[in-house]
Amino acid sequence: MKIAITSLGEELSSGVDGRFGRCDYFVIVDPESLDYEAISNGSKNAVGGAGVEAAQTVAGSGVSAVITGNVGPNAYRALSSAGVDIYTGASGTVQDAIDDFNDDNLSLTQSSTTRGGRGKRRR
Amino acid sequence: MQITISAGKGGTGKTTVATNLALALAGEYDVQFFDCDVEEPDSEIFLRPELDNEEPVNLKVPEVNDETCTYCGQCGDACEFNAIATFGENTLVYPELCHGCGLCSLVCPVDAITEVDNKIGKLRSGRAGNLEYHDGNLTIGEPMATPIISRLKKKIDPDGVSILDSPPGTACPVIESLHGSDFALLVTEPTLFGLHDLKLSVDVVKELEIPLGVVINRDGIGDDRVERYCDSEGIPILMRIPDDRDIAVYYSKGVPFIEKMDGWKERFLELFEEIEGQAEYQKRQKLIET
Amino acid sequence: MNSEDPKQLLVISGKGGTGKTTIVASFAALADGEVLSDCDVDAADLHLILHPEVKTREEFSGGKVAVKDDNLCTDCGICREHCRYDAIDENFEIDSFSCEGCGVCEYVCPEDAITMEPVLSGYSIESSTEYGNMAHGELVAGEETSGKLVTDIKQKAGKIAEDTGKELIIIDGSPGIGCPVIASLSNVDLALIVTEPTLSGLSDLRRVTGLLDHFEIQGNIVINKYDLNLEVTGKIEELAEEDGLTLLGKIPYDSVVTEAMVHEKSVVEYSSSPVAREIESIWKKVKRALKDVS
Repeated sequence: MKIAITSLGEELSSGVDGRFGRCDYFVIVDPESLDYEAISNGSKNAVGGAGVEAAQTVAGSGVSAVITGNVGPNAYRALSSAGVDIYTGASGTVQDAIDDFNDDNLSLTQSSTTRGGRGKRRR
Repeated sequence: MQITISAGKGGTGKTTVATNLALALAGEYDVQFFDCDVEEPDSEIFLRPELDNEEPVNLKVPEVNDETCTYCGQCGDACEFNAIATFGENTLVYPELCHGCGLCSLVCPVDAITEVDNKIGKLRSGRAGNLEYHDGNLTIGEPMATPIISRLKKKIDPDGVSILDSPPGTACPVIESLHGSDFALLVTEPTLFGLHDLKLSVDVVKELEIPLGVVINRDGIGDDRVERYCDSEGIPILMRIPDDRDIAVYYSKGVPFIEKMDGWKERFLELFEEIEGQAEYQKRQKLIET
Repeated sequence: MNSEDPKQLLVISGKGGTGKTTIVASFAALADGEVLSDCDVDAADLHLILHPEVKTREEFSGGKVAVKDDNLCTDCGICREHCRYDAIDENFEIDSFSCEGCGVCEYVCPEDAITMEPVLSGYSIESSTEYGNMAHGELVAGEETSGKLVTDIKQKAGKIAEDTGKELIIIDGSPGIGCPVIASLSNVDLALIVTEPTLSGLSDLRRVTGLLDHFEIQGNIVINKYDLNLEVTGKIEELAEEDGLTLLGKIPYDSVVTEAMVHEKSVVEYSSSPVAREIESIWKKVKRALKDVS
């Protein structure tokens, strides 16, 4: 099993990036063995729809869950369709987020947590 | 003759100049008025048109047929705007990101994408006395103003006089409004902000190679920096509207001040003659230069 | 993210020229030390008052534009048939102003004569001012993607706030209700609408209130030059009441505002006029309102 954590850097000691679509890196990690790799987020500078593009990157890397600060409506819809679990409200370092995940301290998000850049309100 | 009234920043008096100019000309020429400030169309307040037509402005957005879609993801890879993407066995469309270019339906190998209308705003038209009135309205929450302006401009009669009230600024909707104009009339204030924003507008208008002139509004406030700039750049100042509390109050009530203040109708007619002359002169100058 | 995130105060106007930047400049002086952000990228005027010293200036590339190789083009016209933005003329030349950057022409071209290339659309800038650090931008004249530049500036401001431990970002928003405004609204804690008592001001206020409502953002309102037309001021007050907007103050019409601008200073520093005192009182209410949003 692999999970993705939005990150400000490429290490487990890097801070969690609270943004999903426009975060700096995704740290893809096996929460048990702690084997990890960091991938730079190419969507950071997308003209629009960064959340959608980032969701594609993450889903394409085969993770089953994402841990981040906030997720917008577009990315939320995308990740849920891809069957990826979303945990929000993470802070501290990437390692902290993994520990919280392993200790079941994170709660699964049932909706988007921000209004997003250009996302529409869902009526 | 297509004259676009523009300004680097909002609130400088663009709509005041556009509506008063149009009203002054209305009895003398065949005049069409276009409110291209589709985010904040306010000229209606001054012109009080009787509207008799309304039509939607739609953008084509993709609709995916789930039965034929093979979830190959080629549409998402092609889209420059991330408006369509495949996740597992779902191809999702994000209409508010879509620019309506149609690329996804072109690339789809199994023809699973059809294009459907998504309303982003509307066009309205009618008459205000001798004026033919047109405006565009962007639906609240929709980001894209430009397609509405381009649809609105298709109603321009090239044989008559058309007055276009452009949005403020220098971004895409302004370019769309200015595009194809015979003359750009830039309204500014004689202040620090006014000059800064005027320079940005002048850059855009020059890049588009459109003849231009300046109207100084609220003349008397601030200082002479706008004048000095226009002098040094050889940009004609075609009109000055004084800083007058009466004008400000008429504006606040939605009353075009030429209807209330003597001599101004004539001055706007003179302004039009000057515009015609300058448009011709500046075009010739450009030909000589090149 | 979490509760330690800096708060975002957005000052917007719907209609231009209502005095938004005048108020933001005064807030900057009163806040003293918070992070400033000018998201009115079309008419970025805040720097004219705050005199920032530029620290970094990054090229900013937004969208793409189609570029044609004339050696490969056979003038077949297929691109022109498919372009929905009238960006390819009868001589099959590409008008980069009209080009939307969608890539349809590149796709349909049988000769591979068209490529999509990134365009320089502006600069995103980080500066220091007398009143704190500032993130702002410059749009290359006539370029698109101002919404994206706004997003970029807002992120810069967020990073500055995090790095320097500041709790508030004061944002000068752009007029209108379209793309750049929508971009400036994301994650805002409090929106302050600056309006004026004219029928146009009232009409634009309705639209911008609708926009805030659409994105579920709490709006507060200031009426500038309120004594210009007391009747319309009354109507604005009624509208505020109906729409649940909190009226934070009414600023009188006074030439001191222009005088301050001529001297390139904020009103609150330039004078202790009634205008300045009212802005100070509004600032206090804004701070209180910001405390209440969690």
